[in-house]
Amino acid sequence: MSREIVKVENLSFGYEKRLILDNINFKIERKDYIGIIGHNGSAKSTLLKLLMGFLKPNTGSIEIFGTSIDKFEEWNKIGYLPQNARNFNTRFPATVEEVVGSSLYSKMNIFKTLNKKIKMEVLEALKAVNMVEFKDSLIGNLSGGQQQRVFLARLIINSPEIIFMDEPLIGVDAESQNIFFELIDKFNKELGVTVVMVTHDTNPLHNRANKIFRLDGGKITIYNSNN
Amino acid sequence: MSVFSYPFMQRAFLIGIIIAIISSSMGLFLVLRRFSMVGDTLSHSALAGVAIGMVTGVYPLYSAIVVTLAASFLVERLRKEYKEYAEISLAIVMAAGIGLASLLISIGKNKTIGINNYMFGSISLVTEEDLRIAVVLGIIIIATLLVLFRALFYMTFDEIDAKLRGIPVSRLNLVFAMLVAITITLSMRIVGILLVSSLMTVPVAASIQIAKSFRQAFIYTNIFGVLSVTLGLIASFYLDVAPGGSIVLISLIILFVVILLKNFYNKIIKKQVM
Repeated sequence: MSREIVKVENLSFGYEKRLILDNINFKIERKDYIGIIGHNGSAKSTLLKLLMGFLKPNTGSIEIFGTSIDKFEEWNKIGYLPQNARNFNTRFPATVEEVVGSSLYSKMNIFKTLNKKIKMEVLEALKAVNMVEFKDSLIGNLSGGQQQRVFLARLIINSPEIIFMDEPLIGVDAESQNIFFELIDKFNKELGVTVVMVTHDTNPLHNRANKIFRLDGGKITIYNSNN
Repeated sequence: MSVFSYPFMQRAFLIGIIIAIISSSMGLFLVLRRFSMVGDTLSHSALAGVAIGMVTGVYPLYSAIVVTLAASFLVERLRKEYKEYAEISLAIVMAAGIGLASLLISIGKNKTIGINNYMFGSISLVTEEDLRIAVVLGIIIIATLLVLFRALFYMTFDEIDAKLRGIPVSRLNLVFAMLVAITITLSMRIVGILLVSSLMTVPVAASIQIAKSFRQAFIYTNIFGVLSVTLGLIASFYLDVAPGGSIVLISLIILFVVILLKNFYNKIIKKQVM
């Protein structure tokens, strides 16, 4: 099995004549724990959106699992936690089980019901993030940290090989942040899940990330854990 | 004689229950997607469709379905054009609907005299033809909704993740727009164009007050919708008023009762905890 998961070559992206990413090159390998850092407006989230195929590069290529991103279809290999995941309407009448279970859509029977098998899988995912007792709670009634753990359960339930996260801990209290990072560490070390996290706060990345991508002025600087 | 023994009332109840189910169900998804105004916009396009039918001699329900479907596609198209200001698309299509309708109503003169029945709804004018259309399209909509229930729920909650999990979001949006357009056209016969969107939103407002899951929200919305329509039709029969008004006022009464009961229940629970 190839170690290479993401390959970005000569990637440039911009609006009209202003390039915000200029000739970027990097690789992400299996089990990597990558932090993407940079000041506000340094195109960190834009880079993530390009990697997910939500934006198209002006020039250059992006390959995921050896396939060009425009032809990529194995989305179950990818988990994505966007910056605004918790921006849903807090009065949305959905339980934690309904939200996590529905992300197994492609595995459901023809009527797409939450049958016993799906419910068991949901329970396992909620166990992994210590949220079993909130299975029947309305998602809008949970705290920011708890909601983020539910979204983590929704990510891992599809057994992704790589997780992309965009500022996952904005508005989350310190205790929940610690729990969140412990879980991410576990997925990375024990399950071998590759982690790519955009963050403005570099502190949590110390002793965790094996590579840091620093974006500045459209250019990328890559730091390995040994330098 | 009982209200149920008149054939025209039997037709009205049957068509009423069908539109209550489809309006409330579609309304739940519309409200949760923050598209409540879509109902208003498309119902005004339906008005233009009715006017076209009356002026040209086509059965108004048919012309209204065609025009409302076209309007719903136009809303989707314009939403892509004005990504950051999606509600502009609603304002544009609504303006087109009202503009066209008022123009045709003035041109049509005698031919468009009956348009009031479409504005405020009517029981006695529900024909066998209306019933046939409502039963066939109603069954198609309910069946489609049941098949697409999970996909619609997940798309409503998180469109990006829905896409990643293999839900064909673009196609689903198109099917959803079509279902909404047909629902509105069918509903206007009884509730009236001006009140269609109320039937799509008020039962939802009551259900999300008390629902503890999406499944419950769906069930409560339908119960409140069916209750509003049946009680509204009975009131309309005995009080001799337009059914649209009585249906919507009953749905509002249900909403206020639900809010009052919920507050009362919360106070009792709080007292017991304290």
